[in-house]
Amino acid sequence: MTRGEWRDCRNGLLFISPWIAGFLVLCLYPVITSVYYSMCDYSVLSPAVFTGATNYRDLFTDAIFWKALYNTAFFAAFSIPLGVFISLSLAILLNFDLPGRGIFRTVFFLPSLVPMVCLAVLWQWMLNGELGLINNALKPLLHLLNSLFGSHLYPPNWLADARFAKWGIIFTGLWGVGNAVVIYLAGLQEVPRHLYESAELDGAGFWSKTAHITLPIISPVIYFNVIISLIGSFQVFAVPYVMTGGGDGPDRSLLFIATYLYQNAFDYWNMGYACAIGVVLFFMVVALTYVATKLSERHIHYSGK
Amino acid sequence: MAWLALAACQRGGAPTGGKVEIEYWDKWTGFEEEAMRAVVEDFNASQSRIHVNFSSVSQINHKLMLATAGGVPPDVSGVYANMIPAYSENNALTPLDSMAAAAHITREQYIDIYWRMCMHRDHLWALPSTPTSIALIWNKKLFREAGLNPDQPPRSIAELEEFNEKLVKRRPDGSLQSIGFLPESPDWWDPMWGYRFGGALWNGRDAITVNSPENIAAYQWIASYPRRFGAHDLMAFRDGFGNFASPQNPFFNGRVAMEMDGVWVYNYIKNYAPAGFEWGVAPFPSSDPVRLKDVAIVDLDALVIPAVAKHPAEAFAFIRYVNSRKPMEKLCLGQRKFSPLLACSPDFLRNHPNPWIGEFLALAKSPNACYAPPLATYTQFANDMSDAVNRIWTGKSSARAALDEVQLRQQAVFDRSLERWRRLAPVLTREWSAQ
Repeated sequence: MTRGEWRDCRNGLLFISPWIAGFLVLCLYPVITSVYYSMCDYSVLSPAVFTGATNYRDLFTDAIFWKALYNTAFFAAFSIPLGVFISLSLAILLNFDLPGRGIFRTVFFLPSLVPMVCLAVLWQWMLNGELGLINNALKPLLHLLNSLFGSHLYPPNWLADARFAKWGIIFTGLWGVGNAVVIYLAGLQEVPRHLYESAELDGAGFWSKTAHITLPIISPVIYFNVIISLIGSFQVFAVPYVMTGGGDGPDRSLLFIATYLYQNAFDYWNMGYACAIGVVLFFMVVALTYVATKLSERHIHYSGK
Repeated sequence: MAWLALAACQRGGAPTGGKVEIEYWDKWTGFEEEAMRAVVEDFNASQSRIHVNFSSVSQINHKLMLATAGGVPPDVSGVYANMIPAYSENNALTPLDSMAAAAHITREQYIDIYWRMCMHRDHLWALPSTPTSIALIWNKKLFREAGLNPDQPPRSIAELEEFNEKLVKRRPDGSLQSIGFLPESPDWWDPMWGYRFGGALWNGRDAITVNSPENIAAYQWIASYPRRFGAHDLMAFRDGFGNFASPQNPFFNGRVAMEMDGVWVYNYIKNYAPAGFEWGVAPFPSSDPVRLKDVAIVDLDALVIPAVAKHPAEAFAFIRYVNSRKPMEKLCLGQRKFSPLLACSPDFLRNHPNPWIGEFLALAKSPNACYAPPLATYTQFANDMSDAVNRIWTGKSSARAALDEVQLRQQAVFDRSLERWRRLAPVLTREWSAQ
């Protein structure tokens, strides 16, 4: 290495050192200690006692943990595809060159600016079984269906009924698609216009252009959004926590992994057990991200490649 | 993090006018906060040595734990009595035995149950701030409209259900318009319905007894609700209830005619119920009103000194002041509660604004008064019970199956907690006895 290269290297390290220090102290150290505490009986205020794999053994036989895992997986399995579909559809529509486009883009982005707690309180009332706007809209529709077909359909008690509670949270989450829409819009603007023109000359319609040009070109953006949603879904906490008043929802249907972790750490004085949940959650997210990367490898087209 | 840093910075401030400044956190807001603030101001005015800085802190159960772990707890904190077992067994509190003895504060000065709630593992961890007791509250106007004697509340569970049937009203579409009684309104005492049937939640030593025959009978009574009124209708009905502290409270707006509630209900009726709201207070019914007379759940707000508090002696001086007769009566009058002290000024009850204060006080002194089991695992226990009651109440599970499940899980949780206690006890009890 020449003297100039050494100097550049030193300066580079100096400039990046605040980040490295922050990463080591605020990220790496807590992660390493969490792994250690996950193998301890640790109540925060009394000394941690090493118990080996006990927390993990207990975790795998803990029915509430499995319930929380199921709820989280269910939420992720439906909220990610729905979120991607709705945000991508909105982005494509908002990408059309129409008058008032800017206003529509703002309108669809606005709900993302609402703080999560306000969002949760608002939707708590929207989904109210007796007085909620959603059920008041559904009532005449179901009444019509009942009178036509002699059925006995009634609007669900969204957050009070275990069969519908998770759907309530999924719909609430869809309000925040504005962020993803903005990212998709940025991706859509990068699609070269000449490809559409060539396709149009060959007689391609809207669907063909979307399937064969738009989606392949913005596939890295879709991939990015899916991974971010995957991580976000496995960490879902604030909205169900507020909507259930800090509880688990009917029949624990709104108990998610992050909520269970929080309860163990701060309500039950089981920080060691909470760390074990955190470690399992970390490896699950890593594994799922790896699987998503592998599965999508052949379908993602990077422009540089 | 920033909040803790701020707390640390505040503590570093120099004492004002040479006085020792102590930090006091409590969970109260609104008029309850104002009542305590007035007592704090009186204390500060009477002092040349100590100054109390009072802060109203939300989610105190979490924040006190984190601040203690971070080494920057307040010098005094208000807690719910059911926090004492977990906090003391996890070495988060300072035992008050020797300080109380030196100040001649003894068990005989208090309504006995409240002193017992401050004790755990044979040590004194707290002294009372304000007490509560829970009773049956009923709406006299709705009783009259249903042809019931408005001054004659039900005395047994069977009678409560007879009244319930007379008070229930349905809309033309069959949905519930109002009901006589709903066990889930409010649902704050879900784990303790068994007390009304002679049940207990643990054996006082090492076993959870949640699936005892008495407890099963109590929750079978809860299970009758979805069968009688329809699970879907009940859920929709309850979903339409507004916040407790609002005119949409189902008891205040006449949707529920009877409920179980605490001494605080007076303030909320005064603020949120319609003008001229007529209500009564009586012991909540039990399965056998002769054998189980005046079964009352009681609760307590208490003052503690966290384990690593910087000024424990000064903190205790403040707690001692609050626990003397005059300031305690000022606090309890301000919060519209009764005093936990046995000795009471003649004017205190006479001038009390709550017309039913005598009934609430009598319930606190009842030999059948009871409270949440003093388990270090109580939060987990209560969460598990709430979930079980929800499944029972919505008809998803039988009482027996739900309670068997809680029994199995909570016994394992309790066993682990006892194991932790056995490991820590030799060191902790030695330290506590030395203090």
